[in-house]
Amino acid sequence: MTVRIGVVVFPGSNRDIDALNALEVAGAEPVPLWHDDVDLAGVAGVLLPGGFAYGDYLRAGVIARFSPVMRAVAGFAADGGHVLGICNGFQVLTEAHLLPGALLRNRGLRFVSREVAIAAERLDTPFTHALGARRALRMPVAHGEGCFFADDTTLDELEANGQVLFRYVTADGVRAGGEEDRANPNGSLRAIAGVMNAAGNVAGLMPHPETAVEAVLGSDDGLGIIASFVASAAERERAAGPALVATR
Amino acid sequence: MTSDFRFAVNVSPKPGILDPQGRAVEGSLGHLGIDGVSAVRVGRRIELTVAAPDEEAARAIVERLAGELLSNPLIEAYQVEPIGAASSTRSEVPA
Repeated sequence: MTVRIGVVVFPGSNRDIDALNALEVAGAEPVPLWHDDVDLAGVAGVLLPGGFAYGDYLRAGVIARFSPVMRAVAGFAADGGHVLGICNGFQVLTEAHLLPGALLRNRGLRFVSREVAIAAERLDTPFTHALGARRALRMPVAHGEGCFFADDTTLDELEANGQVLFRYVTADGVRAGGEEDRANPNGSLRAIAGVMNAAGNVAGLMPHPETAVEAVLGSDDGLGIIASFVASAAERERAAGPALVATR
Repeated sequence: MTSDFRFAVNVSPKPGILDPQGRAVEGSLGHLGIDGVSAVRVGRRIELTVAAPDEEAARAIVERLAGELLSNPLIEAYQVEPIGAASSTRSEVPA
């Protein structure tokens, strides 16, 4: 049976269609979820897409955090369910304290919309296992607040716990430098492009793997990330057996 | 019976947190021919009215709001400031 993955649509989401398409390309059955929904319709995984939820007023992601669906997402994550936040979805997850750190305004102050390269720090996670090998993955970024920030103690902890999932790299796969390095599009500390929670079932990243899943889109380097996430959610659902299905 | 209490919440980037907006403002000062201005930080001010039995209760609501929604404690500090006491009571018909 095809695994059902939810895509949360907030007022102001604009990459939801790309997310639905990417999930389909990865072999899942995408299920749109509305921000006002109080349950997740029995999906096996949740993707929070990019956009400008609630206009990004106050701070990017913060108002979305208090929407009814996010209460369900928090419960799902606490139970070990797989949640992936992309761009604005990543911002929502940090504001909801489901992921560490914060996304500050880009150091260069400008909205950055162009292709970047990232590399997975680990290949043994629910979000990266299908990538096969560490290499530079080309995909776009499009954001104004993507500078990953956490204090030094937190950053050291994230590194020690293996929670740094993706870093910006050069086309050759060399770790990007600071804000002066074009390979680091927003000045993220330690060139961090994506992180995981301590339990390893919630992840977020600023670049857009969901818009890099077919060669016709310019790159299919993002498919490995989406496919990893889909396979992990499917595996968890299989392991849970019919009990999980019966609760639908 | 409740009264209206008006507050401002001043949110600013914590010391040490990079503030690109502040840096951009500072960088523009040279164009105005102004010297000697430094450490520009750009924050946000939110004004709101709270209906509560007394100022203490109103302030407690604002503090909660400031810590949970209006600021991100990881990167921002806030300060609650009363601005003008009860202008009218809820039981009165508005003029």
